[in-house]
Amino acid sequence: MDFAFSEDQLSFRDAVRDLLTRECTASVVRDAWSNADGRSGQVWDLLAEMGVLGILAPEVDGGLGMTMIDLVLLIEECGRVALPEPIIEHAVVCAPIIGGVVSGSRTVTSFIGGSPFALYADSCEVALVERDRRLFTVERAALRLTPETAVDGSRRLSTLEWSDSDATEVGGPLEAVAAFDRGALGAAALLLGLSHRMLEMSVEYASERRQFGAPIGSFQAIKHHLANARIALEFARPLVTRAAYSLSVGDPDASTHVSMAKAQASDAAMLTSEHALQCHGAIGYSYEYDLHMWMKRVWALSSSWGDAGLHRARVAKAVL
Amino acid sequence: MELAFSPSEEIFRQEVRAWLLENVPSNAMPSGDTREGFEAHIDWERRLFDARLAVVSWPKEFGGRDASLWEWIIFEEEYYRAGAPQRVTQNGIFLLAPSIFQFGTPEQQERFLPKMASGEETWCQGWSEPDAGSDLAAVSSRAVRDEAAGGWRLSGQKTWTTRGAFCTHLFGLFRTDPDAQRHHGLTYLLVPLDTPGVTVRGFGRLDGDEGFAEVFFEDAFVSDDFVLGEVNSGWGVAMATAGSERGLTLRSPGRFTATADRLLALWREHGDPKDTQLRDAVTQAWIDTEAYRLQTLGVVTTLSKGGHAGPEASMVKIFWSELDVRLHELAMRILGPRAEVAETAWAKGWQFALSGPIYAGTNEIQRNVVAERVLGLPRK
Ligand SMILES: Cc1cc2nc3c(=O)[nH]c(=O)nc-3n(C[C@H](O)[C@H](O)[C@H](O)COP(=O)(O)OP(=O)(O)OC[C@H]3O[C@@H](n4cnc5c(N)ncnc54)[C@H](O)[C@@H]3O)c2cc1C
Repeated sequence: MDFAFSEDQLSFRDAVRDLLTRECTASVVRDAWSNADGRSGQVWDLLAEMGVLGILAPEVDGGLGMTMIDLVLLIEECGRVALPEPIIEHAVVCAPIIGGVVSGSRTVTSFIGGSPFALYADSCEVALVERDRRLFTVERAALRLTPETAVDGSRRLSTLEWSDSDATEVGGPLEAVAAFDRGALGAAALLLGLSHRMLEMSVEYASERRQFGAPIGSFQAIKHHLANARIALEFARPLVTRAAYSLSVGDPDASTHVSMAKAQASDAAMLTSEHALQCHGAIGYSYEYDLHMWMKRVWALSSSWGDAGLHRARVAKAVL
Repeated sequence: MELAFSPSEEIFRQEVRAWLLENVPSNAMPSGDTREGFEAHIDWERRLFDARLAVVSWPKEFGGRDASLWEWIIFEEEYYRAGAPQRVTQNGIFLLAPSIFQFGTPEQQERFLPKMASGEETWCQGWSEPDAGSDLAAVSSRAVRDEAAGGWRLSGQKTWTTRGAFCTHLFGLFRTDPDAQRHHGLTYLLVPLDTPGVTVRGFGRLDGDEGFAEVFFEDAFVSDDFVLGEVNSGWGVAMATAGSERGLTLRSPGRFTATADRLLALWREHGDPKDTQLRDAVTQAWIDTEAYRLQTLGVVTTLSKGGHAGPEASMVKIFWSELDVRLHELAMRILGPRAEVAETAWAKGWQFALSGPIYAGTNEIQRNVVAERVLGLPRK
């Protein structure tokens, strides 16, 4: 028994954290709200250079041929900086089953698992789509996009339509379930990262902001809000790690483990975002302050890839 | 990362499981928080001890088997899965013992540990006083130096002492330097309860069992070899004990996974499948139990590699105590009007679960600890 990441996994995580802290600043996220494609520009290429996009891709395709347990911490880091990219769709969902993802120049999105929208389809080259529980790829030129405006301005949404004659089959029902599970786990990892950053912002702010002659973080009500968020995250993380491990080793209960992780991470992230906002007061409610960009990403991700209710129902079916 | 136990650990599991299957009494014993039940539980402890299963993680010389933390986790899983009796020795073997290992002299270890393991001597925790609850540093029970006799003379009162009316010994904090303030000038003393000048009065807890006691000290003498750690340095020793109480040793996941399994079985038997709200709540309780188990595996991994459990133990205490309340609350909801029957494991367990957020440092105090020492928020 050894429920810890390896030294290699942790140092890769640290390297990705350094890169993202430096390159994916809050102003990069803010720019993505108003730029043409809603994305980060060069951060995507830098992640590709580090090998992050191809971790799950087979070695014959130039990928690293590794597994989810090697990737999960890196996805969490993408969440920490609120990276505006189709990181789950491209690097987690599609990388193991679609070739040519490693360099990042051919970006892939996905439209599977009953999701009403695809993310960044307008700036992607290919989409992984699902019909009758089977998976297909469709080139961008063959897709008809109907855009939708999201609360999180960096999330460029659209619904997709295509003709069967333009779709190339890449997987059956088993692959479709596995792809959805990877997406849900990826979303859970992003939610952890987003939440830890919101908590950090809140602790920093509560330590500086003074009212009644004292830092607001010294007031017990504030302390308990933030402690509750910290506890929720403490007991979400091990479920996310375990699910990543189960996917990596092909555990027969992996789907259930993913659902436990996604349900817990969604709830913990929603709780954290509510407490973070409350502890900031009005500044947290303003458009100029960064917190809202993290909060809105949390709202989106907590209900994409199956919300807590859907995943709890999946767990109920398996264990009750 | 590796999420399976080793073959030798699995062999240990099989041995424990087989022994429990053979030995766990099929009829529930009377509550260990009553005099009659306490005696029955001590007999049970003696059988565990004879099988070298009372304190598996202790060194062999004191009655254990030098089991690893992983084996201890396995033992606990099997113990609660088998529905084995409550451990009335727990305040000794789980709370005091780690401090005796850490702070006790070799003579003290020899003197106290084997008898604690066998249940011959049973220990209660004498910290709280009428005016010192959450604010433990406010203890006012005193120990005055008796140089001629080579020891200390105790006066004052302890309260809420669990099973104090049945135990043979008490460990507690006493003020030895009357001029020192707060957590300074306190000493950790080990007190035989048959010492002249000690009076114990048992009284009822929420469920009516005589599980609480008040302990009065009037010029009761304790010799120097019953001081644990340094004189006037009792606070540090007590905090080590408190760490054990909040974290791993007192509340291993096995207890909650067993309760969650029983809850799921209860749902299957009595749950209304149309009540999706209750179904989801039961499912969530199961998810939380798994989260607790996995979080513990992470902590044990850290400890096994030589790391320490820090203030994070406060998060653990909050989580297990609130989880235990939820698990029982859900059982009550499933049982509906049947929940009112007093002598069921659920009704008993529910009443006990309600005390979890109070003892071992209330959850309000633990949340302060999380905020200040885990998150780094300002104290003032
Ligand atoms: C079942 C059970 C078994 C016990 N066994 C033992 C035992 O064996 N030995 C022993 O010594 N003691 C024992 N205790 C006592 C236990 O340690 C105390 O109950 C606990 O420390 C709280 O103290 P109190 O009851 O005096 O409550 P108080 O300290 O008076 O607290 C009452 C309420 O005020 C809140 N409060 C107090 N201070 C603060 C603060 N600073 N910030 C926010 N809220 C605050 C508390 O959280 C609580 O909600 C036991 C208690 C129970 C319920």
